[in-house]
This record gives sequence, C-alpha cells and structure tokens, in this order.
Amino acid sequence: MLEVNGLQVNYGAIRAVRDVSLRVAEGELVTLLGANGAGKSSTLLAIAGALRSGGTIRVDGADVTSWTPERLVRKGIAMVPETRDVFPDLTVAENLLLGAYTRRRDSAGVASDTERMYALFPRLKERVAQAAGTLSGGEQQMLVIARALMSRPRLLLLDEPSLGLAPTIVDQIFDMIADLKRQRLTILLVEQNASKALAVADRAYVLRLGQVAVEGRAADIAAASDLEPLYLGG
Amino acid sequence: MQTLIQFTIDVLSLGGAYALMALGLVIVYGILKLVNFAYGELIMVTGYGLFLVNGSGLPWIVMAAIAVCIAIATGIATDYVAFRPVRSKSVTAVLITSFAFSTILQNAALLFISPRPRNVPLPDFFSQTVEFAGVIVPARNLITIVASILLLVVFAWAMKKTVLGIAMRAAATQFRMARMLGVPANLIISSAFAISGFFAGVVALLWIGRIGSVTPGIGMEPLLVAFIATVIGGMRSLQGAVLGGFLLAFVNTGLNYTLPQQLLEFRDAFTFTLVILILLWRPDGLIRGPATGQRT
Repeated sequence: MLEVNGLQVNYGAIRAVRDVSLRVAEGELVTLLGANGAGKSSTLLAIAGALRSGGTIRVDGADVTSWTPERLVRKGIAMVPETRDVFPDLTVAENLLLGAYTRRRDSAGVASDTERMYALFPRLKERVAQAAGTLSGGEQQMLVIARALMSRPRLLLLDEPSLGLAPTIVDQIFDMIADLKRQRLTILLVEQNASKALAVADRAYVLRLGQVAVEGRAADIAAASDLEPLYLGG
Repeated sequence: MQTLIQFTIDVLSLGGAYALMALGLVIVYGILKLVNFAYGELIMVTGYGLFLVNGSGLPWIVMAAIAVCIAIATGIATDYVAFRPVRSKSVTAVLITSFAFSTILQNAALLFISPRPRNVPLPDFFSQTVEFAGVIVPARNLITIVASILLLVVFAWAMKKTVLGIAMRAAATQFRMARMLGVPANLIISSAFAISGFFAGVVALLWIGRIGSVTPGIGMEPLLVAFIATVIGGMRSLQGAVLGGFLLAFVNTGLNYTLPQQLLEFRDAFTFTLVILILLWRPDGLIRGPATGQRT
C-alpha cells in the first residue's frame, strides 16, 4: 500500500534522512525504530507531505511524492504527530470536527464517528467543551489519535504515541493500537519504546543516521539482542 | 449625565470602527504572522470605488455593496500579488512586497484619478442628526455602532460555528497540522484576505462617511490605527484586536474631552505615550493568544 524508495529529507545543510526505503502492505502494522535523531519523525512527516523530500513515495502504486498534505489526507493518509499538535484554543469537539474536514459534507457520518470516538475515549467525552490546551498529556494524545481517525484513514502514521506519558496510559494507548490493527487499519508506527512497539508490530525497520540499518519481522528483531544498542541509542 | 451619554456614543462609534479595522489586520496576521501593509489601500479602493460608481443612478446601498466587493477583490489580489509568490521565502520579502503593492495602488490613484480629494456619494441619513436620550448625535455615529456590533457578533458566530471559521482558528495556531488534516492552506489564506477586505470595505464606508471625500493617502491613518490597536490588544488574538480598538478609541476620545484647547493638537503624543506605557506593562498586548504559531 505504501512504498518509499530512497527517501531524503534535508533541513538546510543538515541531512536528516539519507536513504530510507520501506514498504507497508495493506492491513500491516510496521514499526520504525531508532535512536533520537535517526530520522524517524522526518520520514513520517515526509510521507504525510509536510516536508519536502527527495526519492519517491508511492501510495497504492501512485506517485505522491510532490503532493500537498491536504491532498494526501483525501487519499486516506492520516498523521498523528509527535508534538501532540492539538489546536490548543479549540475545544475537544472542534478538534474532532476538524479531523473530519475532508468528510465535512457527510454530517451524519461525522456525528456517528464522533460518538464512536467518545465511546473509545470516554475521557474525551467528559471534556467535550474544554479547550484542548487544558487537557493532560495523555488526554491530548488520545485526542490527536481520535482526531486522525475522524478522517477514516486507510493508513495511519503514528509518531511516538507513548512519548512522555505515564506507564498505565502507555498501556492503554498500545491496547488501542492493537485494536486498530485488528480492525485491519494499516499503521506505520514510530516509537522510542521499542519493546512495546515490537510486541504489537508485524515487521520493523531500524533506522540509524538517516538510513535503514536493519529490517525484518518484529519477532526476529525483538529476539536478536545484539540489535538492541541500535534502536536504544547505544 | 448628558456629557456621559455623548462620550459613550463617541467612544462606541469610534471604537467600533477601530475594532473592525484592527480585526481586518489581525485576521491575516494571525494566519500568516505577517502584517499586511497594503491594508490601508483596501480602504482607499473602497472610497474610489464609490467615487467611480457615483452618477450611475444606482441606489446608494448597491453602490456601497459594489465598493465593498472591490475591497474584497483587492484583498484577495494582495494575497496573489504580494504574498503568495514570496510566502515561503522570507518575512522580509513579504514585508517589502506588501509595501510595494501599497505604493503601487496609491500611485495608481494619484496618476489615474487625482491627488486632490474626490467627493463620494453618501446617503442623506449619514449627515442627519438624531436626538438620543436628550443629546443630539450624528446619525452616522449610531449607524457605526449598530453596524460594528452586528459585524462583530456575526464574525464571532462564524468563527465558532462554521467549519471554515474553526479551521481558520486552528490554522492560526498550528498551520501545518491543519493542513495534515486536509484543510487547504490556500483556501484559508485567501479567506483571511477576503474577510480582511470585507472589514476594510465596511470601515471605509463608515470612515469616509465622516470625511465625505477620498484621497490617495486616506488609508494611512486607518492602517496606523489598526496596527496600534492590535499591538495594544495582542497580535495573536482576535478578541485582543477588538479590545485594542475600543481602548484606543476610549483614550483618544477621553483626551479630546479633557485636554485643554492649546494641548489638543498634541493629542497623538499623549495617546502614544499611553500606548508605550501599556506595552511596557504588557509587552505581548493585553490578551495573549496561544504561544505557538508556525508559518507555512
């Protein structure tokens, strides 16, 4: 479904991503591991169309390398960014509504999906009218995930969903990711928490200095203890 | 008591106009983090629009609508001519292109129309006076109050309840994220310029209603007023712009009422002193908007 070949991302003179090639098949959960600065987030942002990049990105065989982020959303790609990009002065309900921006004509569908999100994240329902900036870190993470799901994506790009959250909340988030996978949603997951990510993923890529160092089945990579220093930043 | 009523009406009518001017400037600033220095010319083109359709025999309200549409079109043109081509380059580049666009429009007015004031058609009720609670006030002051309150209410409603309004508020804080949800950047920016043009057009009708004529430099004062009001109120907040507009009107009107005759010509010096004091006290303006704000 997603095919990335020879991806390069530069920030001025700094090359964050040198040469990344990866594939995600329909219904698959693939995780992207690596130490800080290995180029994981940049890779995701490039796939979402938010960073200009070299190389090619294909979705369902179509070359989408030069597409704008807004066009990629309509193609079914939804990004859950690392920085918890909630819209801080919008309410929870308004954040969710914008998540469904591409489906705004389908008001019945949007309303029923909103209810579905509240069922999935009861905490959000309690805070519908609250400004998103006043939510706790865990609630904000739930909100960005729910907001991304509102577009009914076919490919979900998740950037470090466990970052800075309490362990119990991290467990909840990963349970939910496993749920989404059971519903056959295709997911590309970037994580620092390698053991949790490998436990839920089908396949994994380990990035190092902007390049793919290792790829393989998640179970194999988890079993190969000699690889740990690579993605744990050793 | 009568002085108080008179004062209140003066503050509200001036403040309403100032608030609309400031809102027109800050709606673009909020999204692009750039001041549109060609904003004053939107007021100028509305004036010349009225001047050009004068004598067409149309009812005034139709002429006014045409003039406001010209302001909206010019606002959108500002985006296409001065902002869009250089938006991704640098802040300095956009600063200069917006100044350049402003100068071009002003010089076009000088060249093709005239450096001298041109009369614009105004309906009779603009120059009438009415008695209100025992004081005689110009009808245009009451019209300004009603029009600005009406527009502020409609605008506040639209920003809260329409998808486009919510998307614009979202884009003002996290533009890239809004795009990653499918909100088209160009639509948001063009809408901001169109709204900016609309406010400038309405303000122009009210503003020129006081003066009765239009000159190429007419936009300078509204631009300055809008800029000061947004700086006092807080550049990142729409409420701040409205608050700043009314506050500036309060200060100006208050000085008009209290300063002795021989000091009145230095009124602006007093106003700006107060502005400096406010900024020393609150450098970010009175209402601080959300801290984040990336350009795209």
